[in-house]
Amino acid sequence: MSNDVADRVKKIVVEHLGVEEAKVVESASFIDDLGADSLDTVELVMAFEEEFGCEIPDDAAEKIVTVQNAVDFISENV
Amino acid sequence: MFDLSGKTALVTGASGGIGSAIAKALHDQGAVVGLSGTRVEALEKVAAELGGDRVHVLPANLSDADAPADLVKRADKAMGQLDILVNNAGLTRDNLAMRLKDEDWDTVLAVNLTASFRLSKACLRGMMKRRWGRIIGITSVVGTTGNAGQTNYAASKAGLIGMSKSLAQEVASRGITVNCVAPGFIATAMTDVLSDDIKENLLSGIPCAKLGSPEDIAASVAYLSSNEAAYVTGQTLHVNGGMAMI
Repeated sequence: MSNDVADRVKKIVVEHLGVEEAKVVESASFIDDLGADSLDTVELVMAFEEEFGCEIPDDAAEKIVTVQNAVDFISENV
Repeated sequence: MFDLSGKTALVTGASGGIGSAIAKALHDQGAVVGLSGTRVEALEKVAAELGGDRVHVLPANLSDADAPADLVKRADKAMGQLDILVNNAGLTRDNLAMRLKDEDWDTVLAVNLTASFRLSKACLRGMMKRRWGRIIGITSVVGTTGNAGQTNYAASKAGLIGMSKSLAQEVASRGITVNCVAPGFIATAMTDVLSDDIKENLLSGIPCAKLGSPEDIAASVAYLSSNEAAYVTGQTLHVNGGMAMI
């Protein structure tokens, strides 16, 4: 399950930020490593919500700063 | 020019003089229009005047905190999506500052400013996904010049301008523009009741020497809503016959 979640999260990140797949590792920070701005991170959370059919509250969304953070939240809450 | 075919628009305060003219202008340009306001009968009347199936009546009382999010949901459902938001709903509770009740301050800020922010926030998600959106606030010349007896109203309208500039900076890269239109004195039911003396005095300060019409405001909104205005954002378009040149 979590591998599947990780793959789907990475695919969304690649598509939204237009970065190379190889750079989207678990520890990568959206802003520091992948060149996202703050609005990009809002859009990423929107995309996760749609892909996984869940709602990510604002306080949780603020804590999702790396690929691993996103995978963890989705794995635990979906 | 300014073709809005295939676009959907929500206009708050749509039963009033300016609001109904805005709704008509957007409708004339081809948009599907959602009419919001508190007076259902008056909204139905405007809808009947527009006619056809490109019009929806969506009543809401924006002084309720939950109303804006709910209204955007209903507008989305009725029209499929929301491309253009016109924050036109507004009210006045005029008094000298020394006599102004807290409640009258709060009510004016809640409807004119807070509800406009909440409506804007609620429609951003869809606009960001589609990479296209227009948010237009109907402010007022007094938001820039001030006006004795209107501390609350002027603050709310100045607030709308500041909010729009900030929001414009946040979402410009996603194809969403945020602008204001600032009417001066416009001939509506509100100005009909003024005495001739007061009207004459008023006109002496307006270079165009007449009151504006709701259609003057509506035309500006139609422009800012269009693709042609895509490079205009964070601006306030003053439509006031020259009474204040800012």
